Amino acid sequence: MSDTLEAKIRKLGTQYPDSRTAILPALRLAQEQNGGWLTLESFELVGDALELTPAYCQAVASFYDMFHQALVGRHSIEVCTNLSCALSGAQQVVEAFEQELGVAPGETTDDGSITLRTVECLGGCGYATVVAVDNRYREHVSPEDVPAIVEGVRGA
Amino acid sequence: MGLRQMLLGGTDEHDLTKLAEYQSIGGYSQVEKARAMTSDDLIAELQKANLRGRGGAGFPMGRKAALLDRKSPKPKYLVVNADESEPGAFKDREVMAKAPHRLLEGCLIAAHAIESRNVFIYIRGEYLTEYEIVQRAVDEARAAGIFGDVDITVYRGAGAYICGEETALLDSLEGRRGQPRPRPPFPPIQGLYAAPTQINNVCTIATVPAILELGPDGFTSIGTPGSPGTVLFSISGNVERPGNYELELGTSMRELIYTHAGGIAGGRQLKAVIPGGSSVPALTARQIDVPLDYDSLGAIGTFFGAASLIVVDDRCCMVQLALRSTKFYMHESCGKCTPCREGTRWMVQLLERIEAGDGTAHDLELLRKVCDRIEGKSLCALGDFAVWPVQSYMDKWPDEFVAHVEQGRCPLDGESSIEGIFAPSDQHTHAPVAEVPA
Repeated sequence: MSDTLEAKIRKLGTQYPDSRTAILPALRLAQEQNGGWLTLESFELVGDALELTPAYCQAVASFYDMFHQALVGRHSIEVCTNLSCALSGAQQVVEAFEQELGVAPGETTDDGSITLRTVECLGGCGYATVVAVDNRYREHVSPEDVPAIVEGVRGA
Repeated sequence: MGLRQMLLGGTDEHDLTKLAEYQSIGGYSQVEKARAMTSDDLIAELQKANLRGRGGAGFPMGRKAALLDRKSPKPKYLVVNADESEPGAFKDREVMAKAPHRLLEGCLIAAHAIESRNVFIYIRGEYLTEYEIVQRAVDEARAAGIFGDVDITVYRGAGAYICGEETALLDSLEGRRGQPRPRPPFPPIQGLYAAPTQINNVCTIATVPAILELGPDGFTSIGTPGSPGTVLFSISGNVERPGNYELELGTSMRELIYTHAGGIAGGRQLKAVIPGGSSVPALTARQIDVPLDYDSLGAIGTFFGAASLIVVDDRCCMVQLALRSTKFYMHESCGKCTPCREGTRWMVQLLERIEAGDGTAHDLELLRKVCDRIEGKSLCALGDFAVWPVQSYMDKWPDEFVAHVEQGRCPLDGESSIEGIFAPSDQHTHAPVAEVPA
């Protein structure tokens, strides 16, 4: 499995004028194949494939919000709480998720299935509140929608 | 309705994500027209059209193209900034989702102007659905042979507001932490891989086919003399009908808020408008009789920015709004230069103290001073973006800030519309953080 991943990343490296450019897609691939988060082994693998040091790979990953370096749930629920969503009641949406999932933002449910996060502007301000479920946007989310969203994720 | 929609025209009647449908309304015919022209002539046309950058800075796109070092022996790059992350802005997303081929057509025209064969579209990582739509459009147009000797690569970011800053975007595209570069050298001389690079916003590039179609004279007859064309305005917050509205530049802000967006939701009173995305100085309810164009907004001390209006009704506490805005800029500060990295943390601590009722008159003064020590002193504009809203809230709603200090509590007493709002930075620890002295 690891060999296949490394081969895929090596190939990514040939697709750009400089193989270093492949680091974001490579880290994304490594993260997907490791259950949604990156470990030191991931950085070694990406580094070997792109001829970069593991430390460099980790430094890059740590800069971007979509890379995770701690265990996460199989699914993610991310609630935008920036200005437009806040003005439209995002805090009540976050609270509804907290209640439904029994975890605070930044935490994962005990069964390891869902990580709840609050996030900065997702670019859906006109359709507040925006919630990204496994990176797919749900718009106009109100607290009443929360149980069905959670049920849908649990069933997925 | 008479208005020519340069960006979203045809999207109601057709599925313009499909190549055949885009071509059925004349799509990609402007590329052929452009390719029949020399680069010099094409740049002259773009300069005459005076298309001002839609990403925020408003720099004329044609002049940018003219500045590019076309004599360099290195490859020339065109980079489309699709990292739309400014709070309040969601228009690039709609253009990519509904008219991806128009964006690609603009890319091919702009690439011809600067003699580039390599186009990158850098799209923020969160826009997964839009990435897929644009990538499918690229695959379809490439397979149909429309690209010629140009290739377009769609590249996904991974979650960082600062990558919308053009030099940070370049660093990110080079596989680094996305941190802004000192300038000079400017990207048209030394950009991606140290080669001449032109960087434009999605809406800027997607407007380019209309310039070829209408000609510079036709294009400049729309909008205002200083700000020609149409713009896709994003309007959000406490209005009845938030959304994107494509309108001529120079449309009045009152008309956008009250006619197109249906006025303030729930019959409440307007308190503030943040006109260009969350980073610009706010306006009061008395300042909305202003034409929406670069020069008119500049004349009243704010910015056209990303044409993204956030409308705030009278239930909102301006100290809370300042705090939430500042938490965002603190979270997104890349950490490269000190005034922004440290200053935004000081601002958050001071605003938290003031909002909690623990602030003093000295804290208000100190907040002003910290703002002064960030503004204009950071490597990129993010420092200014953190400061401008806060300064404008303090200037225009001074009584609210003073009331927090004098009454020792928020005067809205838990009734603010954004009471209890969360921020991602609350989940993080930023140790070691220098404590602001009490």
